[in-house]
Amino acid sequence: MDWSALKLSLELSFWTMLILLPVGVFLGRHLAWTQFRSKSVVEALLTLPLVLPPTVLGFYLLVAMGARSPIGQAYESLFGQQLSFSFAGLLIASLIFNLPFAIQPMQRAFEAIPQEVREAARCCGLSPWRILGRIELPLAWPGILSALVLTFAHTLGEFGVVLMVGGSIPGETRTIAISIYDRVQAFDNEAAATMSAVLLIISLAAISLSYFATSRLGKRHDHV
Amino acid sequence: MSEGLHLSLAQVSPIPLAAQIHCAPGEVLALVGPSGSGKSTLLRSIAGLYRPNSGQISCSGEVWYDSEQGINMPTAARRVGMVFQNFALFPHLSALENIAEAMLDYPKAERIERARSWLDRVHLAGLEKRLPRQLSGGQQQRVAVARALAREPKALLLDEPFSAVDRSTRESLYHELAELRQELNMPVILVTHDLDEATLLADRMSILNVGKTLQTDSPDQLLAAPKSAEVAKLMGMRNVFAGRVVRHEASHTVIAWGEHELRVRQREDFIIGTEIRWAMPTAGVLLMPSRSRESETLDNEIPVRIVTMLALGEQYRVTLKVGADRVTMNVPRHIAQRYALAEDQQLSVRLRGETVHLMPIEA
Repeated sequence: MDWSALKLSLELSFWTMLILLPVGVFLGRHLAWTQFRSKSVVEALLTLPLVLPPTVLGFYLLVAMGARSPIGQAYESLFGQQLSFSFAGLLIASLIFNLPFAIQPMQRAFEAIPQEVREAARCCGLSPWRILGRIELPLAWPGILSALVLTFAHTLGEFGVVLMVGGSIPGETRTIAISIYDRVQAFDNEAAATMSAVLLIISLAAISLSYFATSRLGKRHDHV
Repeated sequence: MSEGLHLSLAQVSPIPLAAQIHCAPGEVLALVGPSGSGKSTLLRSIAGLYRPNSGQISCSGEVWYDSEQGINMPTAARRVGMVFQNFALFPHLSALENIAEAMLDYPKAERIERARSWLDRVHLAGLEKRLPRQLSGGQQQRVAVARALAREPKALLLDEPFSAVDRSTRESLYHELAELRQELNMPVILVTHDLDEATLLADRMSILNVGKTLQTDSPDQLLAAPKSAEVAKLMGMRNVFAGRVVRHEASHTVIAWGEHELRVRQREDFIIGTEIRWAMPTAGVLLMPSRSRESETLDNEIPVRIVTMLALGEQYRVTLKVGADRVTMNVPRHIAQRYALAEDQQLSVRLRGETVHLMPIEA
């Protein structure tokens, strides 16, 4: 059992989820309620990671973050270390890869709030922040929660992109999914089985939690 | 200019608007028109939920919108109370919290206290903790009205507030609103497509079509003297026809209608020979033969043929063919039976000339 890989995976999932929360709320809300000319282009781009083979996405990210790329060089001059094959690089790749998983459920959730309800809030004299905190977020919460759980579970199990961008550096970029693969390659099926079981349990727990919470909240909020 | 609510908007696109309305404090003004006539857009403009291209909106001396001066006060600052078509209650907040949310100016304890007394006033005491979905349509509407009034608004805006409740509930809500309005001293704008509702609740009505306010008057005035055939039709008048002014006599005016000449209420403001439209309420068509001598009244005897007879409750709506036109009259059931009225029957009716209203042909 590779505890450091599990810890690394959990950390990666946690940070991805945490950073994508405000990003998803902002972008999802914006996409739900505003019409602009390039909207479908933006939506297509945000959905692209969903259909692109992880290795393809990983390859482009690797090129973009490599030591010779402008981004890689800027990062290195700022922080004195390489971006690719580091935890930071892995996190950036994970954020991009998870955009559709975070944004789409949140967008759907905001779309489900009737326009009249938001207008009523404005007529009641609520400030934009009060409307967000008192009306929108409580109503969109089931969607936001399921977006977070999806992101978390999905990051935990991601393999292709992680391998391409991060490699398999113990304690830095070797996630539990990579570690399982390594163990199988080394004919250590027992360790692979243990870690797979752990991953299965965590994923199952996360998804169950999401469904449970969504159905409970959904019951509270239906009939909007 | 300072008293009440003033609106004057003009734009060509995206929604054509040419509207002027004024609503005095304490007055109920109904905006009436078919769907797509722009009545909701006007209401949303007042609330600041829609931004027109040009015009002015002001309320009790405060400028809310002025395209020339570049003023567009945000909705939250305008102090409007709005009741939405589907009430738009906050679905996750209780009845009490819904109302309290409109009173953020007050400290929390006072907010709750005031919200409670509002619930009392709309006869919902005891339902404080209910969520909107646990309330009936009529109860939801009352919460929505209480929430709008709790805002202590400078104008109360009602957007088809009775369309989402059933007929019997509607009747009692009409009474409650009529009662409540005695105590209101702000302009009240009611958007509706229901003429009966507007007639019942409003002091004045503004008739709208394609974004244009065609005529604003009391309901009686609108029915008796519509400015144009368009207004007459939008007021639900069925008997609107084309004619020509033939001559003016000492006590009346004579118009030509197809092959008939009709003696009607005197209107010397129309020049002889002018093509006109004329309207007549269904009550202006009588079945009974004339008892008095024709010269003393403005009754016009006209031969007709019954085309259709439609049973509507206690009455028959009878359509009569006169030349190329069709005249509608309402006949009580027992009268129809006594006269043995039947489709295809030929008979004479009297058109009461004093109920005939002449209108110019609009451009």
